[in-house]
Amino acid sequence: MVDLIASDPWAGLLPVQAGAARLEAVDPGPLALLAPWPRAEEAMNAALRAAHGPGFPAPGRIETSGAARAIWFGRGQALLAGVVPDPSLRAHGLVEDQSDGWVVARLTGDGALDVLARLVPVDLRRLGPKGVVRTMLGHMNVAILGTSGGVEILAFRSMAGTLAHEIADAMRAVAGRAALG
Amino acid sequence: MRIDCPLCGARDRREFSVLGDAAMAVRPEVGADTQTWSDWLHLRDNTAGRLRELWYHEGGCAAWLVVERDTVSHAVHGVSLVGASDAD
Repeated sequence: MVDLIASDPWAGLLPVQAGAARLEAVDPGPLALLAPWPRAEEAMNAALRAAHGPGFPAPGRIETSGAARAIWFGRGQALLAGVVPDPSLRAHGLVEDQSDGWVVARLTGDGALDVLARLVPVDLRRLGPKGVVRTMLGHMNVAILGTSGGVEILAFRSMAGTLAHEIADAMRAVAGRAALG
Repeated sequence: MRIDCPLCGARDRREFSVLGDAAMAVRPEVGADTQTWSDWLHLRDNTAGRLRELWYHEGGCAAWLVVERDTVSHAVHGVSLVGASDAD
């Protein structure tokens, strides 16, 4: 059996600091997509609460309990982050491990929202610490999570290099504009 | 142009893609004759005014929407989720 070595999706591209903004990699732990079967939304909600704590999130919301985060992820979908999903959830819908499918980057600092304003067609000033938006960053589909002190951006792992490049470019542009006064 | 997604709120047009007339969501009956199926598939009114269309929120929540749009002014008059009642 070949002994495979896990590689870093960012390949040394992060962290990036420019002006007041900082972009760094985050390890979100296990990630699983939850998609309840038709008419099983309430059963999935109850099973999720019993097994991990958070309920099935309403559109645009994040439910947190201990290490477990249930993140709204689209119509009829949530992403369970931080814990390995309990087998009991499988009775009520699709449960799919996507841990290696996504990368997470945290953008913090005073200029963070100015940076994303150049890339994302949504006003993120309204995004509170328990909020999430599914939107686009450049041409990439992403999820942007509000956290205290910044945002976390989820993108496809295969697009990690593009994500780091797009955001780092915008960070330098915002920092350059600030330096000009 | 902005579309007020029932799940995501008002979003920019670039997040959506359009399929066309919402008649596509209402199929002929299972036993319908070939002519009926052919008309449903190919014949469209070239409406100048209000039209119900199917839009896909590709860059957002991945929901199919019925958008009532004025093809002359581009004003959006109503948006709703495609529901189970619209599917087969």
